[in-house]
Amino acid sequence: MMLNQFLLLGAFLFCTGVYGALTRRNSVMVLMSVELMLAAVNTNLVAFSAYRGGDVAGQVFVLFVITIAAAEVGVGLAIVLLIYRNLRSSDLDDVDVLKG
Amino acid sequence: MVAENVAFGILAAAMAVSALGMVRTKNVVHGALFLVVVLAGGAAQFILLGAEFVAWVQVLVYIGAVVVLFLFGIMLTRDPMRAGEPLDNDLRWPGAAAALLLAGMLGLALVDAFGEKKIELAGPTLNRAITSAIFRTYVIPFEIAGVLLLAALIGAVVLARKD
Repeated sequence: MMLNQFLLLGAFLFCTGVYGALTRRNSVMVLMSVELMLAAVNTNLVAFSAYRGGDVAGQVFVLFVITIAAAEVGVGLAIVLLIYRNLRSSDLDDVDVLKG
Repeated sequence: MVAENVAFGILAAAMAVSALGMVRTKNVVHGALFLVVVLAGGAAQFILLGAEFVAWVQVLVYIGAVVVLFLFGIMLTRDPMRAGEPLDNDLRWPGAAAALLLAGMLGLALVDAFGEKKIELAGPTLNRAITSAIFRTYVIPFEIAGVLLLAALIGAVVLARKD
Protein backbone atom coordinates (compact mmCIF):
# COMPACT_ATOMS: atom_id res chain seq x y z
CA MET A 1 0.00 0.00 0.00
CA MET A 2 1.14 3.51 -0.74
CA LEU A 3 1.25 6.04 2.07
CA ASN A 4 -0.35 8.64 -0.17
CA GLN A 5 -3.62 6.81 -0.71
CA PHE A 6 -4.47 7.22 2.96
CA LEU A 7 -3.23 10.79 3.10
CA LEU A 8 -5.24 11.80 0.02
CA LEU A 9 -8.35 10.13 1.44
CA GLY A 10 -7.84 12.07 4.65
CA ALA A 11 -7.36 15.32 2.70
CA PHE A 12 -10.57 14.69 0.74
CA LEU A 13 -12.59 13.99 3.90
CA PHE A 14 -11.09 17.08 5.56
CA CYS A 15 -12.06 19.32 2.64
CA THR A 16 -15.57 17.85 2.63
CA GLY A 17 -15.80 18.69 6.32
CA VAL A 18 -14.61 22.24 5.63
CA TYR A 19 -17.30 22.63 2.96
CA GLY A 20 -19.96 21.32 5.36
CA ALA A 21 -18.82 23.56 8.22
CA LEU A 22 -18.90 26.61 5.93
CA THR A 23 -22.21 26.00 4.19
CA ARG A 24 -24.48 24.45 6.82
CA ARG A 25 -26.95 26.61 8.70
CA ASN A 26 -28.10 24.00 11.16
CA SER A 27 -25.77 24.04 14.14
CA VAL A 28 -25.87 20.26 14.69
CA MET A 29 -24.80 19.74 11.08
CA VAL A 30 -21.86 22.13 11.59
CA LEU A 31 -20.74 20.08 14.60
CA MET A 32 -21.04 16.91 12.53
CA SER A 33 -18.84 18.46 9.83
CA VAL A 34 -16.23 19.28 12.48
CA GLU A 35 -16.33 15.62 13.56
CA LEU A 36 -15.74 14.64 9.93
CA MET A 37 -12.62 16.83 9.86
CA LEU A 38 -11.32 15.24 13.08
CA ALA A 39 -11.90 11.74 11.68
CA ALA A 40 -9.95 12.71 8.56
CA VAL A 41 -7.01 13.83 10.70
CA ASN A 42 -7.12 10.51 12.59
CA THR A 43 -6.73 8.66 9.28
CA ASN A 44 -3.53 10.61 8.65
CA LEU A 45 -2.15 9.90 12.11
CA VAL A 46 -2.72 6.14 11.86
CA ALA A 47 -1.28 6.06 8.33
CA PHE A 48 1.93 7.72 9.52
CA SER A 49 2.03 5.36 12.50
CA ALA A 50 1.93 2.37 10.13
CA TYR A 51 4.46 4.04 7.81
CA ARG A 52 6.93 4.29 10.69
CA GLY A 53 6.62 0.54 11.28
CA GLY A 54 3.82 0.55 13.85
CA ASP A 55 5.01 3.51 15.92
CA VAL A 56 2.47 3.70 18.75
CA ALA A 57 2.81 7.48 19.22
CA GLY A 58 0.46 8.16 16.33
CA GLN A 59 -2.15 5.73 17.61
CA VAL A 60 -2.00 7.13 21.16
CA PHE A 61 -2.50 10.57 19.65
CA VAL A 62 -5.61 9.30 17.84
CA LEU A 63 -7.01 8.10 21.16
CA PHE A 64 -6.48 11.57 22.62
CA VAL A 65 -8.12 13.20 19.60
CA ILE A 66 -11.15 10.92 20.01
CA THR A 67 -11.35 11.86 23.71
CA ILE A 68 -11.20 15.59 22.99
CA ALA A 69 -13.76 15.19 20.19
CA ALA A 70 -16.18 13.49 22.58
CA ALA A 71 -15.75 16.32 25.11
CA GLU A 72 -16.20 18.90 22.35
CA VAL A 73 -19.43 17.32 21.12
CA GLY A 74 -20.82 17.12 24.65
CA VAL A 75 -20.24 20.80 25.39
CA GLY A 76 -21.16 21.84 21.84
CA LEU A 77 -24.52 20.11 21.93
CA ALA A 78 -25.25 21.57 25.37
CA ILE A 79 -24.62 25.04 23.91
CA VAL A 80 -26.82 24.24 20.89
CA LEU A 81 -29.57 23.12 23.26
CA LEU A 82 -29.23 26.33 25.27
CA ILE A 83 -29.41 28.45 22.10
CA TYR A 84 -32.47 26.52 20.97
CA ARG A 85 -34.13 27.06 24.33
CA ASN A 86 -33.50 30.80 24.21
CA LEU A 87 -34.07 31.54 20.52
CA ARG A 88 -36.40 28.67 19.50
CA SER A 89 -34.07 27.98 16.60
CA SER A 90 -31.01 25.87 15.82
CA ASP A 91 -30.16 28.07 12.85
CA LEU A 92 -26.72 29.67 13.14
CA ASP A 93 -27.86 32.73 11.14
CA ASP A 94 -30.23 33.61 13.99
CA VAL A 95 -27.37 33.78 16.51
CA ASP A 96 -26.30 37.37 15.84
CA VAL A 97 -26.69 39.03 19.25
CA LEU A 98 -23.05 40.16 19.25
CA LYS A 99 -23.39 41.72 15.80
CA GLY A 100 -24.59 45.04 17.27
CA MET B 1 -1.15 -7.01 -1.40
CA VAL B 2 -3.81 -6.75 -4.11
CA ALA B 3 -6.55 -7.66 -1.63
CA GLU B 4 -5.48 -4.82 0.63
CA ASN B 5 -5.68 -2.31 -2.18
CA VAL B 6 -9.08 -3.59 -3.31
CA ALA B 7 -10.38 -3.32 0.27
CA PHE B 8 -8.95 0.17 0.51
CA GLY B 9 -10.63 1.20 -2.75
CA ILE B 10 -14.05 -0.09 -1.74
CA LEU B 11 -13.84 1.54 1.72
CA ALA B 12 -12.50 4.81 0.36
CA ALA B 13 -15.27 5.02 -2.24
CA ALA B 14 -17.94 4.34 0.39
CA MET B 15 -16.41 6.92 2.73
CA ALA B 16 -16.11 9.59 0.04
CA VAL B 17 -19.69 9.10 -1.19
CA SER B 18 -21.04 9.16 2.38
CA ALA B 19 -19.03 12.27 3.27
CA LEU B 20 -20.43 14.08 0.24
CA GLY B 21 -23.89 12.81 1.14
CA MET B 22 -23.46 14.14 4.65
CA VAL B 23 -22.71 17.67 3.53
CA ARG B 24 -25.35 17.65 0.80
CA THR B 25 -28.33 15.90 2.39
CA LYS B 26 -31.53 17.77 3.14
CA ASN B 27 -32.38 15.63 6.18
CA VAL B 28 -30.42 15.99 9.41
CA VAL B 29 -31.00 12.40 10.52
CA HIS B 30 -29.71 11.13 7.18
CA GLY B 31 -26.63 13.27 7.77
CA ALA B 32 -25.99 11.51 11.07
CA LEU B 33 -26.39 8.10 9.40
CA PHE B 34 -23.96 9.11 6.63
CA LEU B 35 -21.53 10.10 9.39
CA VAL B 36 -21.87 6.56 10.80
CA VAL B 37 -20.82 5.11 7.43
CA VAL B 38 -17.80 7.43 7.22
CA LEU B 39 -16.66 6.60 10.75
CA ALA B 40 -17.17 2.85 10.27
CA GLY B 41 -15.15 3.05 7.06
CA GLY B 42 -12.46 4.88 8.99
CA ALA B 43 -12.41 2.11 11.59
CA ALA B 44 -12.04 -0.47 8.81
CA GLN B 45 -9.12 1.55 7.37
CA PHE B 46 -7.49 1.47 10.81
CA ILE B 47 -7.78 -2.34 10.85
CA LEU B 48 -6.25 -2.36 7.36
CA LEU B 49 -3.32 -0.41 8.82
CA GLY B 50 -2.93 -2.83 11.74
CA ALA B 51 -4.31 -0.47 14.39
CA GLU B 52 -6.99 -2.71 15.87
CA PHE B 53 -7.28 -1.06 19.27
CA VAL B 54 -7.84 2.38 17.76
CA ALA B 55 -10.37 0.90 15.33
CA TRP B 56 -12.51 -0.53 18.12
CA VAL B 57 -12.22 2.62 20.19
CA GLN B 58 -13.47 4.49 17.14
CA VAL B 59 -16.45 2.12 16.84
CA LEU B 60 -17.28 2.29 20.55
CA VAL B 61 -16.75 6.00 21.20
CA TYR B 62 -17.57 7.61 17.87
CA ILE B 63 -20.31 5.40 16.47
CA GLY B 64 -21.60 4.21 19.83
CA ALA B 65 -21.56 7.43 21.81
CA VAL B 66 -20.93 10.54 19.72
CA VAL B 67 -23.43 9.73 16.95
CA VAL B 68 -26.08 8.84 19.56
CA LEU B 69 -25.37 12.22 21.17
CA PHE B 70 -25.85 13.85 17.75
CA LEU B 71 -29.16 12.07 17.29
CA PHE B 72 -30.27 13.29 20.72
CA GLY B 73 -29.22 16.81 19.75
CA ILE B 74 -31.23 16.58 16.52
CA MET B 75 -34.31 15.24 18.30
CA LEU B 76 -34.14 17.94 20.98
CA THR B 77 -33.68 20.90 18.67
CA ARG B 78 -35.64 20.12 15.54
CA ASP B 79 -38.56 17.99 14.54
CA PRO B 80 -36.80 15.50 12.26
CA MET B 81 -39.96 14.51 10.41
CA ARG B 82 -40.71 18.09 9.41
CA ALA B 83 -38.60 18.84 6.35
CA GLY B 84 -39.12 22.58 6.38
CA GLU B 85 -36.47 25.27 6.27
CA PRO B 86 -33.33 24.73 4.16
CA LEU B 87 -30.19 23.42 5.86
CA ASP B 88 -27.69 25.39 3.77
CA ASN B 89 -26.85 29.08 3.96
CA ASP B 90 -26.09 31.13 0.84
CA LEU B 91 -22.34 30.49 1.02
CA ARG B 92 -22.54 27.39 -1.15
CA TRP B 93 -20.26 28.55 -3.97
CA PRO B 94 -17.67 30.40 -1.83
CA GLY B 95 -17.61 27.35 0.48
CA ALA B 96 -17.11 24.99 -2.45
CA ALA B 97 -14.36 27.25 -3.83
CA ALA B 98 -12.57 27.31 -0.47
CA ALA B 99 -12.83 23.54 -0.07
CA LEU B 100 -11.61 22.91 -3.63
CA LEU B 101 -8.69 25.31 -3.18
CA LEU B 102 -7.72 23.56 0.06
CA ALA B 103 -8.08 20.14 -1.59
CA GLY B 104 -5.88 21.22 -4.49
CA MET B 105 -3.15 22.61 -2.27
CA LEU B 106 -3.20 19.60 0.07
CA GLY B 107 -3.20 17.18 -2.85
CA LEU B 108 -0.26 18.87 -4.57
CA ALA B 109 1.72 19.07 -1.33
CA LEU B 110 1.05 15.41 -0.47
CA VAL B 111 1.91 14.11 -3.94
CA ASP B 112 5.06 16.21 -3.95
CA ALA B 113 6.17 15.15 -0.46
CA PHE B 114 5.10 11.50 -0.19
CA GLY B 115 4.65 10.42 -3.82
CA GLU B 116 6.82 7.29 -3.70
CA LYS B 117 6.54 6.26 -0.03
CA LYS B 118 5.18 2.79 0.68
CA ILE B 119 3.71 1.36 3.88
CA GLU B 120 5.42 -1.89 4.88
CA LEU B 121 3.15 -3.39 7.52
CA ALA B 122 5.01 -5.26 10.27
CA GLY B 123 1.88 -6.99 11.57
CA PRO B 124 -0.83 -5.56 13.80
CA THR B 125 0.10 -3.23 16.64
CA LEU B 126 -0.16 -5.07 19.95
CA ASN B 127 -2.53 -3.69 22.57
CA ARG B 128 0.31 -4.18 25.04
CA ALA B 129 2.44 -1.64 23.19
CA ILE B 130 -0.34 0.97 23.10
CA THR B 131 -1.34 0.59 26.73
CA SER B 132 2.23 0.68 27.98
CA ALA B 133 2.79 3.83 25.92
CA ILE B 134 -0.34 5.43 27.43
CA PHE B 135 0.47 4.50 31.01
CA ARG B 136 4.21 5.17 30.86
CA THR B 137 5.21 7.74 28.25
CA TYR B 138 1.91 9.60 27.99
CA VAL B 139 0.56 9.19 31.51
CA ILE B 140 0.38 12.93 32.25
CA PRO B 141 -1.55 13.78 29.05
CA PHE B 142 -3.79 10.81 29.86
CA GLU B 143 -4.61 12.18 33.31
CA ILE B 144 -5.15 15.67 31.89
CA ALA B 145 -7.54 14.20 29.31
CA GLY B 146 -9.45 12.53 32.15
CA VAL B 147 -9.78 15.84 34.03
CA LEU B 148 -10.80 17.57 30.79
CA LEU B 149 -13.56 14.99 30.20
CA LEU B 150 -14.82 15.51 33.74
CA ALA B 151 -14.81 19.29 33.26
CA ALA B 152 -16.64 18.94 29.95
CA LEU B 153 -19.21 16.64 31.55
CA ILE B 154 -19.91 19.05 34.41
CA GLY B 155 -19.96 21.99 32.01
CA ALA B 156 -22.45 20.26 29.70
CA VAL B 157 -24.73 19.41 32.62
CA VAL B 158 -24.59 22.98 33.95
CA LEU B 159 -25.28 24.46 30.51
CA ALA B 160 -28.12 22.17 29.56
CA ARG B 161 -29.84 22.14 32.96
CA LYS B 162 -33.17 23.92 33.26
CA ASP B 163 -32.99 26.34 36.18
